[in-house]
Formats: sequence, C-alpha cells, structure tokens
Amino acid sequence: MNGRHTLAGAHIGVAIAAFGLASAMGVLQALSVAGVAFPQRSESLYYLSVTAHGVLMALVFTTFFIMGLGYLLAQSTLGRITGRGSAWFAFWLAVAGTLAAAATILLGKSSVLYTFYPPLQAHPLFYIGATLLVVGSWIWGGVMIASCRSWQRERPGVPLPLPMHGMIATIVVWYLATFGLAVEVVGMLIPWSLGLVQKVDPVLARTFFWWFGHPLVYFWLMPAYVLWYTALPRVAGGRLFSDPLARMVFILFVLLSTPVGFHHQFADPGISSGWKLVHTFTTYAILYPSLVTAFTVIASLEVAGRLRGAKGLLDWVPRLPWKDPFFLSVALAMVSFTFGGFGGAINAAYAMNSMVHNTAWIQGHFHITLGTTVALTFLGATYWMLPRILGRELRPLWLARLQPVLWFAGMSLFSTSYHLAGLRGLPRRVYSAALAGELREQWRGLTELAAVGGSILFLSSLSFVVVVLATWLRGSRIPAPPFEFAVPLRPVTSRGIWDLFGTWSVVAVVLVLAAYAWPIAHLLVQQRFGSPAFQPF
Amino acid sequence: MHVDLYEKVWMWAASGIVALFLATIVMTGWVQAIQPPSHMETVDPTKLGEYAEWADPKVVIGPEGSVRVSVRAEMFSFSPDPIEVPANRPVTFRVTSADVLHGFHVVGTNANAMAIPGYVSQFTVTFPRPGTYLIACNEYCGLAHADMVGRLIVKEEAP
Repeated sequence: MNGRHTLAGAHIGVAIAAFGLASAMGVLQALSVAGVAFPQRSESLYYLSVTAHGVLMALVFTTFFIMGLGYLLAQSTLGRITGRGSAWFAFWLAVAGTLAAAATILLGKSSVLYTFYPPLQAHPLFYIGATLLVVGSWIWGGVMIASCRSWQRERPGVPLPLPMHGMIATIVVWYLATFGLAVEVVGMLIPWSLGLVQKVDPVLARTFFWWFGHPLVYFWLMPAYVLWYTALPRVAGGRLFSDPLARMVFILFVLLSTPVGFHHQFADPGISSGWKLVHTFTTYAILYPSLVTAFTVIASLEVAGRLRGAKGLLDWVPRLPWKDPFFLSVALAMVSFTFGGFGGAINAAYAMNSMVHNTAWIQGHFHITLGTTVALTFLGATYWMLPRILGRELRPLWLARLQPVLWFAGMSLFSTSYHLAGLRGLPRRVYSAALAGELREQWRGLTELAAVGGSILFLSSLSFVVVVLATWLRGSRIPAPPFEFAVPLRPVTSRGIWDLFGTWSVVAVVLVLAAYAWPIAHLLVQQRFGSPAFQPF
Repeated sequence: MHVDLYEKVWMWAASGIVALFLATIVMTGWVQAIQPPSHMETVDPTKLGEYAEWADPKVVIGPEGSVRVSVRAEMFSFSPDPIEVPANRPVTFRVTSADVLHGFHVVGTNANAMAIPGYVSQFTVTFPRPGTYLIACNEYCGLAHADMVGRLIVKEEAP
C-alpha cells in the first residue's frame, strides 16, 4: 500500500465492509416484501435487517467513505494531513462505536430502523455507539480544517484547491447537521434509554432528528459533487468548465441544506403550516445548486469530448471514456439523479406529498438518489482510488465495467416498481405486501419486480466486493498513478467571495436559527406529556 | 466572476423553474386552501382512557351536519374499525396514538397523517367517491406493522 494513503485506505476499507454486509441485508428485505418464502424468514429478521441495512449504508458506509475521501484529497492536494495522531484516534473511536451499535442491532436488541423514532427504544449501546461514530467524524472535520489552515498559512491569499473547498463546505454542513442529532441523542435518548428519565416527547425528538436528517443527504451528496467537479473531467480528459460557480454551489449548500427539515414532517401535528411553508421555500431553493451543477459538469465533459476531436453537436458524447469503470459509474449516477431530483421536488410539494408520504414511493426515491447517485459515485470512485492507493491494477477489469451497469439496471427495476406501488398505496417498511387481503392485487407484480431488481443489485454488490478483494490481494503491481484533478478553463488565482468560509458559516447558523428557533420554542411552551418506552420487536 | 453566456441563460432558467414550483405551491395553498395538517393539541398518551373522546373514539355527526371522526391508533389496530362517513361532505379526522408512532393513510386519497403519542393530528378531507377504502399504518410500529390495517366506508348520502 502507498504509505501516504494508509489512513484513507483504512477508512474506505471499513466503508466497503459495511457496504457488503448491508447489501446482503438489502436483498433479504426485497425478497421478504415480495413474499418469497426463504428459510428463517420472519418479522423479527426483517426489521433487524431493515435497521442494519439503513444504519450500515446510510451512516457507516457513507461516513467512513467520506472521511477516507477527505484524507485522500488533503494528502494529494495539500500534501499533508495535520494531526495524524488525532485522525487515527478518531478512526478507532468511530470503529468502536460502529461495532457496539452494530452488535446490538444484529442481536435484535435495536430494531428501531435507522430513524430510531422514539418512543421505540433501542439498547443504550445503539445510541452511544452512534454518538462515538459522530464524535469520530467531528475530530476528522477538525483534522481536515487544521490541514487547510496550515496550507493556507504558507500561501496567503491563495484559494483552497477546489476539492478541499468542497470538503470543507461538507464539514460545515456536517457540524450544523449533527448539532441537531447531538441534542436528540445525547440530550434526550441516551438518558431515557439508561432509565434516567422516564419519558421523551416524540415530536421534539423528530424535529431534532430531521434537523439532522436532511442535511445528512447533502453530507452524502457534496463529496459526490466534489468527485464530479474535480476528478471526473480529469478522467474524461477535459477541463473544469467553471471553478467559481463550483465554489458558489458548495457555499449555497452550506446555507440551504439545514433549514429544510420540516418537509419530512409535513404530516406531523405540532408544527404550524406557516413554518412548513418556510421550509418548503428553502427546500426548493436547494434545487438550484444542483441544476447549476448539472450544467457545469456536463459542459466540462463536452470540453473533454471536443479535446478528443469532436466537432459536431453531440459527437462528443461517444468520445467520452465509457470503458472506464469510474466514468461509467458516475455517468449512470447522473442519469439516475435526473429522475431522483424531480421526484424530490414532488415530495417537497405538500399536496403531492400527502399522496406519497411514507409509502413505498419514498424508498423508491431514496434508492435512486442516495442509493444510486451517491452510492454508485462512491463505488465508481473506489475503482479510481484502488490503483492509486494500492499500486495495483484493477482486477478483473471486465467485472468492474459490468458492475455499474448491473447496479443501474437492478436499481431502475427496483425503484420504478416501488415508486408505482407507493402511488397505489403500498406502505413502506412492511414485512410482507400481503397486508389487507384482496387489496394486495393493487401492487401484485410490482413487489416481485422489485425483488428481481434487488437480486440484480445484490449481484452487483458482490461483483464490487470481488473486484476490491481481487485487486487488493492479486492485482498486478504497478507504480501507483498520482491523484490528479481537473484544471479549470480559467484558472482562479485569488480568493473570492465564495472562499469566505467564516462569513458564510455565520450566515448559515443565522438561517438555521431563523428556521427552527420559533417552532421549537412553540413546542417547548406547550403542556407536553411525553411518552414512555416501547420495544415491540 | 466570469460566467459563460450559455451558463448564465441556464442559471436564469433554473431560477425560473424553482420560482414556478414555489408559485404553484403558494397558489394552491392560498386559493384552494391545500395545506398540511398542523394542529397543536396535546393529550396524555398514558391516560387516553380518561378522555371521553379517546376512551370511545367514534364518528360524530354534528347538528349542522359536520362530520368528526376520532381515531385511536395502537399496536396493531385502529379504532373505530370500520369507519363509516358520508360522501361529498368535509370530514374532520382527529388521530392520536396510545403507544408508538403510527401512520394513518386512507389509500388512494389525500388523507395521510402521522399518529403521534401525546399529540392530536387534525385534518379535513372530502371523499367524493363512495366505496370501501384501505387504511394502512405507514409508520413502522413493531413486528406486526404490516398487519395494521383498517377500513373506511364512504357511503352515498340518501337524497
């Protein structure tokens, strides 16, 4: 292994292990909902696997991958990681937390799903383990910021390299988001699970959960965008179309990604419709940076095609490196996001939301956004990283090329089926779609199609794990290629308005307070009775 | 900051799309009064039996013809079940939970709200088409979550 990237390699290794286990849990669910009678099928195994799949994919795979990516970018663009000792401490803390939480899930003591809404109550170690994972990620953020500061002290007035600009923006979002989570978990759920307090208020807990839960989405998406803006055009042989607009996009995410949580609580009592409308405005505003990203990234790829000799209107498309597994993965991830983004706009419109709220439509939605846009980008990026970290050639290359296609095909089938079943009323998180006897006819066929899609997805996951292991253990040794990033068409030499992280962070905090202070105060002044704990699993 | 002309056009178009989406929501919210449930009323979930309304949740037809349906959700049923309401009249649902979170979704309609212990979710829906509807719990509430269903019967009113 290339010694400079050991830290990144360790994090990405944990991410891939979590991904592999979570994939196996995923296919079990798709089969169960379709009513396939496999051995050991039961309600308790189903809800255990939903919890494990959600926690391992959404919290463990993503967080470890993003931390690893951050170290890798710091090492290759700044030439340093300031505070390696703290970084390793954070790694082991996060691993210990993950193992503790995962053990309680796999023993069936914490089947509360990854949203862990009280008054469902998990084992105390579930909450404590999750907290350690988050504290580890906080230390990671500190190491990343220290690395940037140290680099900037040597270069006054020079803007951060774009990959680091995007990662620091991601870290600001993460600090804002996890404040809400810390209030919920440390302030409410840990004392309650230890029996120190008897009751919690479910609406207050949900409000703090979604304070965290939606920016979490951007915590996943922004590192994917970092790869789209900086690594992808380079792999395609092009230039970054606009550097300042990429910086603007990351700052807009810093401002807008947190004050949006009520769009997950449209159907909740206790929050007024006026505040729900305020969060609807910010939710739609956050479509804007993604629309700008679509233009800049595709224009950068067009530049690549033209540098490779394209002259006509669209002949730059076939000239792109479709045989490169990283490029192919991200291209498919972008196609998926076109549908996912518009689906998101539907969910955020509260009249349409009431047709789809908590139906299978929602799981269809987040499997083409998180589950494809982000996951396929990360899986593809692993193919880009492995030779550069390990000094070994990808092996077998044909499987690395087939895997993203399998993922895209499986997910299209899976997600389209659940979108349609959701429109016909199939609730999410059901052990079996056989509920309500004769009405099951409305979604017959769709859950079976989703199970076929889920099985193809599982094949794709297996292929990915096989390529990673085969490359790591048996890949031909090569001199590790350097990590290189796209050069902008017009290089930026001095710091601009989008580099003022301190100022934008303050504005972001003000926006979060403006969006949450009054509705939370309004909840706190009510006579609230709270709810005792339940463990119906 | 240099921005390419085509990208400028796109950025204005993107702002237009976002503004159009928002205008649609504001207009429907204002003109057609389409708004999410947002009632603020708390109850003690451990003592629902001491509230007359929650001890015996039922359909109440008011003297002036208003329809009020109180629904208590608990692991793993809704009461009352089935619920009978008239077609083409505004029906105000009041939903609460006696234990964990549940969902209350009349499948195929806009009636979709969370049942949260300690709170009353209140919203008003009109059902134009008579028939029997499935009520599904759409929030995970324990091992038998998938079996938690109820019926809503919408009856044609006698002329």
